[in-house]
Amino acid sequence: MTLKDLAGQQGRPIDHPSLAFDYQASPDQARPAADPARHPVVIVGAGPVGLALAIDLAQRGQPVVLLDNDHRLSTGSRAICFAKRTLEIFDRLGCGQPMVDKGVSWKVGRVFLKNEQVYSFDLLPEEGHARPAFINLQQYHVEGYLVERVAQLPLIDLRWKNEVSGVESFDEHVLLTIQTPDGPYRLAAEHVVACDGARSAVRRQLGLESKGRSFKDRFLIADVRMQHEAPAERWFWFDPDFHPNQSVLLHRQPDGVWRIDFQLGWDADPEEEKKPERILPRVRALLAHSAMKDAEVELVWASVYTFSCLRMDSFRHGRVLFAGDAAHGVSPFGARGANSGVQDADNLAWKLAAVLRKNAPDALLDTYAREREYAADENILHSTRATDFITPKSAVSRLFRDAVLELAKTQPFARTLVNSGRLSVPATLHGSTLNTPDAAADAFAGTMRPGAPAADAPVTLPDGRRTWLLPQLGEGFTLLVAGEAAADLHAVDGHGLPVKLLAIGRDLGDPQGRLAARYNLRPGTVILIRPDQHVCARWRHADRPAVDAAIRRALALAVA
Amino acid sequence: MSLITTPHLEAPDDFYEALIDAHRDLEPAASDALNARLVLLLANHIGTQQVLLQALTAARGGTP
Repeated sequence: MTLKDLAGQQGRPIDHPSLAFDYQASPDQARPAADPARHPVVIVGAGPVGLALAIDLAQRGQPVVLLDNDHRLSTGSRAICFAKRTLEIFDRLGCGQPMVDKGVSWKVGRVFLKNEQVYSFDLLPEEGHARPAFINLQQYHVEGYLVERVAQLPLIDLRWKNEVSGVESFDEHVLLTIQTPDGPYRLAAEHVVACDGARSAVRRQLGLESKGRSFKDRFLIADVRMQHEAPAERWFWFDPDFHPNQSVLLHRQPDGVWRIDFQLGWDADPEEEKKPERILPRVRALLAHSAMKDAEVELVWASVYTFSCLRMDSFRHGRVLFAGDAAHGVSPFGARGANSGVQDADNLAWKLAAVLRKNAPDALLDTYAREREYAADENILHSTRATDFITPKSAVSRLFRDAVLELAKTQPFARTLVNSGRLSVPATLHGSTLNTPDAAADAFAGTMRPGAPAADAPVTLPDGRRTWLLPQLGEGFTLLVAGEAAADLHAVDGHGLPVKLLAIGRDLGDPQGRLAARYNLRPGTVILIRPDQHVCARWRHADRPAVDAAIRRALALAVA
Repeated sequence: MSLITTPHLEAPDDFYEALIDAHRDLEPAASDALNARLVLLLANHIGTQQVLLQALTAARGGTP
């Protein structure tokens, strides 16, 4: 199948796991090696991160070449938990709705010690958000919907079975050597973005490393299909009777499939543990004391894995940028891998587009690296803490872990210490140089400070239709103005990027008052939002010079 | 607020006796578990991160 065939199937359901794409030779392959074709952006790796980045760039009018060493979507379910912020990004990329329709929405997690519940949490306790806290959706479905979106965007040149085997970095370009079924060819790129996963070939070719801590423990993922009705919740057991001394995690996926993670310990034999005759008794033991003890169980996919928390020292090396697992790695507890990778793409796309159009200096790309390195550190911190709680590495660590779990049965305070994974929330980039600090005289309450990802809120349009704030934000900068905007705000300079002014009361209604509450709005307040939907400045009263300066700062342009 | 290291216990000898009594007849592993639960309960009662960090430093033999 080709992308054209896929585009022709719009409207008909597509079986993502069975999709196989045809290799098609590109005219670039006929060029002499000494005179390779030159492209502004080449993305390596068509996983969730590379696909999201390609779509974002194409939506901004930027042509991209996207290389993938395979010709299929993800094998096995792999990443399954997609967070609210990631869904909001997918909405912006035009493919959030089918994912939410297909996925299993959830927000409640329960933690058990032995067979007794000690703690539960609600990840989205308040009303007034378009998207759920999480959906569970197999990675091949996520990639499938992204590829369906790619098929609608002619600016994306997606080349299957194109494996990068050489990367040479120069001042003015990057030279890639690519292996194909027709033999090797070369491409020159102004910028290369490596989205090629934990074992990134681009990273290896450049002699770079991702460094950190590896954990000496093994986990089994078993995806099983069974007919069973149960609430869509995340269930985590410490030391259950059916799997003593280890942890177990249960999640529901679409298509009647359940994801079960069994901690196995470091001494487990990964090859043995992958065999169905070893896995099915573990699953039946889990089911034995539940309402589903007689359920028919079919093993769909299994994998035994270990993990590390690591990152590259810098996500930018000249004209090569790194995103997703290529740049950083976390444990699976907290669903911070794929989610943070998509958030990398969200951060990079508008910056790369602005630099390529010469609307912003090259230094804007440095801020991609700094902002996402900060976010990676936050994710690694949470992930490492959860891992230390789930798999204590010393006798005293185990002693305190067990003490917390024991106390959690009766003492409310101890439940806040139970850490079965702190689930993915986007980083607030409060230290970013792209932010304009609040003026000393401007007092604000709430979380929507410069650097925060813009919170959604229910709004109405002038014709009375109910909708949400985030889809109303512009592709460039957005000025959210409470009350009548000062006349000169209509003329602020976006430096080549569009500036959309949304006056609350005129362009947007706030019937429930949630928009005003979440952004701490008062008459006259102005909020400046970046193209990636992060707040970057706010004022109690703003005039054009102040907003112009904040936009210049957000584009890494010199500020007078 | 900082860690109180001057005498602060209402009844020092009574507290000390109660602490030792709480461990009576316990195997070492059970005593260790009790101590861990006790640390967590007291830490929550104190609550202030700065004071807790000072206590950790002092317990390791450093100057809080």
